[in-house]
Amino acid sequence: MRFYNHLLKVTIFSGAALCAVVILLVFLIMVFLSFPFFSHEGIKIFSQSWNPSSGSYGIAPMIFGTIITAVPAVLIAFPISLGYAVFAAETGNKYLKKTAVIIIRAASSIPTVVYAFAGIFLIVPIVRKIGAGGSGYSIFSASLVLAILISPTMIFFFYDSLKSVGKPIQQGAFALGATKSEKVLFLSFPAAKKGIFAGTFLGLGRALGDTMISLMLAGNSPSIPDSAFESARTLTAHIALVMAADYDSPEFRSVFACGIILYLLTAFLSITANYLYKGKI
Amino acid sequence: MRKLKAPFLKIFSYFSFILYVGVFIFFTSYLFIRSEAPFSSVSIFGESSFVKAVFYNEPVFDGLYPALCGTLLLVVISVLIAVPFGTGTGLWLSEFAKGKKLKIMALLIDVLSGMPSIVIGLFGFSFILIFHKIFPDKSPGFSIIVSAFSLSILVLPYIAKSTQTAINSLDKSLKLSGLSLGADKIENIRYILLPNAFPSILSGILLALARCAEDTAVIMLTGAVANAGIPGNIFERFEALPFFIYYTSSEYTSQNELTMAFNASVLLIFICIILFIISFGINSIASGKKKRIK
Repeated sequence: MRFYNHLLKVTIFSGAALCAVVILLVFLIMVFLSFPFFSHEGIKIFSQSWNPSSGSYGIAPMIFGTIITAVPAVLIAFPISLGYAVFAAETGNKYLKKTAVIIIRAASSIPTVVYAFAGIFLIVPIVRKIGAGGSGYSIFSASLVLAILISPTMIFFFYDSLKSVGKPIQQGAFALGATKSEKVLFLSFPAAKKGIFAGTFLGLGRALGDTMISLMLAGNSPSIPDSAFESARTLTAHIALVMAADYDSPEFRSVFACGIILYLLTAFLSITANYLYKGKI
Repeated sequence: MRKLKAPFLKIFSYFSFILYVGVFIFFTSYLFIRSEAPFSSVSIFGESSFVKAVFYNEPVFDGLYPALCGTLLLVVISVLIAVPFGTGTGLWLSEFAKGKKLKIMALLIDVLSGMPSIVIGLFGFSFILIFHKIFPDKSPGFSIIVSAFSLSILVLPYIAKSTQTAINSLDKSLKLSGLSLGADKIENIRYILLPNAFPSILSGILLALARCAEDTAVIMLTGAVANAGIPGNIFERFEALPFFIYYTSSEYTSQNELTMAFNASVLLIFICIILFIISFGINSIASGKKKRIK
């Protein structure tokens, strides 16, 4: 008996310690492994040309590719998610409201790779037709599918923050003669503002960090694109693609630089979301 | 202006709901339509059969059996690693941590849960690389154990958070009952908190299983390959359903292979949805019970 109690105690404290150590270790190992790349290439890593055969290892196109696929995805997903959350929390029919919440939880358990796979057959051919001459594997296709992927995350958050607006204030609004929609617009939205921002940041984090959709749909050409129907390569896809290179080459080392940028970006977004919406994540 | 905005909101919210559900159904049903009997023996065992493949270890070349086994094995190992540390962290957060320590740890866990899976995969990969430099002969290399280890880091925050919420949402009087009878903190956790919070913790673990089953980025950097067969031990490479889907989507040579990828997608969705339904069921039964007690 005593032994099990002791074991439990050890698990609790070592679990917490391990968690903290791992988070820091992930960062330190990447810094350690990318150090030769940073010190050797210097500021050149932010140049616009990625061409290992001629010795230029600029990762700027990948940084740009990440932003240009993730930000539109959030812009597409934001209004739909907000509308969905309002439906599930406020305006919907009584039974549909419950169904809406269950559907969104089920949707968040659909594998990413499956969305990307379906996107190849459903989205890419359409984009090929409207985007004159391109292959269809483009920023536009990737953003569209990313928007579908990140919506559940955003809806959860919006729904949660709309729901947590205090009952007494809500009834106050009704007492003043507001309709349900007016209450949502003029009371719930301003009150849930922080939660809505936090959810958007987390959605952006998911979009930036997703690998499979950009890898399978964005086309992966390492140059700065001119239009939404051209192909781009994201940081995540870059990591996945370059892994096959020789382990001592600067090409390979650049992968860890991409890892650090992703780590810092997503950590920044998580910390901001946490700050805006304390303890609720 | 005000009169105009308000009805528009209602229409817009209905529109968003219908649009999202429509897209969701469109995507999933498309995969179902393109698949061909994904649960049949032909789809899973190919020309071999259930008995031959499972009991006589006959290799399966034209079915999803190796990928399915790889995924199941991977999921089980990852969760076995992650559960003790994850629940431990959750218990620490809910019962031991206070003030600044709690804040910092909660923040770190948020950072970890927002971490892209490819970064975790890169960490697993660096681990292999560094290990190989230190022990050139005994390094584990690309294998199912390294993948499982990396995946367990990925789901650690999920398990920690669900444990923390499960314990925190217990009734205050229940939480204090053990302590008032003279039990110490650990005894209270073992005999009162864990048994009572068990259903909610379990439902969190089931969701973590689904997260492990679906992740592709981690395993493609740490050990998944296209034709490994079933791993004989945990230090071998392996196949997995999500990796199979990714690989086939870029390398398929025949319509047959493509159909297999659609079958794999349906199987993977099925696994994740079943886990979700069980988790959801356990959670709603548990919360229903709680209401009745109150």
